[in-house]
Amino acid sequence: MTAPTAQWLAAMAEWLTAGLLVCGSLFVLLAALGVARMPDLFTRMQPATKATTLGMGCLLLAVTLATDDPGVRTRAVAAIVFVLLTAPVAAHMIGRAGYLDGAELWDGTLVDEWQGRPAGGAASRPRSPSAADDRRA
Amino acid sequence: MPAVLPLVQALLSVALLLTFSRLVRGPHLADRVVALDLTALIVVGLIAVYVIQTGEAALLDAAIVLALIGFLSTVAFARYLERRIRR
Repeated sequence: MTAPTAQWLAAMAEWLTAGLLVCGSLFVLLAALGVARMPDLFTRMQPATKATTLGMGCLLLAVTLATDDPGVRTRAVAAIVFVLLTAPVAAHMIGRAGYLDGAELWDGTLVDEWQGRPAGGAASRPRSPSAADDRRA
Repeated sequence: MPAVLPLVQALLSVALLLTFSRLVRGPHLADRVVALDLTALIVVGLIAVYVIQTGEAALLDAAIVLALIGFLSTVAFARYLERRIRR
């Protein structure tokens, strides 16, 4: 087997870029579909963080493959790392805030580990806006 | 590869529309925040595709800044929600 030529490598990079672009946009589309169709806040956050992180990783990897500029590659990798680091943090914070603020759970929810926890947990969680008003009074 | 770019942009646009529907409907404020966060990330993806299309490297900086602003706004909304409960 002969060593791969530069032309062969360029063609390979082109195909990989196209594949990564399609994969990434499909993942992002699935994430948006999940956000639009899932039954409650906590199930909606699953596609919004996990699938989107994967989709963004694919799209930005495609950028690193499509360019020859090291600066562009570095920035794309930095963006991937940034999304990987921040997506879970943001999801955790908004999920916690939503739960404490009384976001509805799906009827089919099996485990609610925060239920009945003392002080600051689900025990003081307002079930509805009227319950929150009672607590404030 | 250029043949793929319009398809990718169309898929991302449909994703934007679906996310927008959740932003409009979302029963709870947290649902809307999740939709906003997702919108920012989809736009980052669109910018990445545009960088490939045009070779304009400076746009990647805009993508990184947009991701940063999306994260910061989500964190700010979460803090606001939690503080609203404590009162």
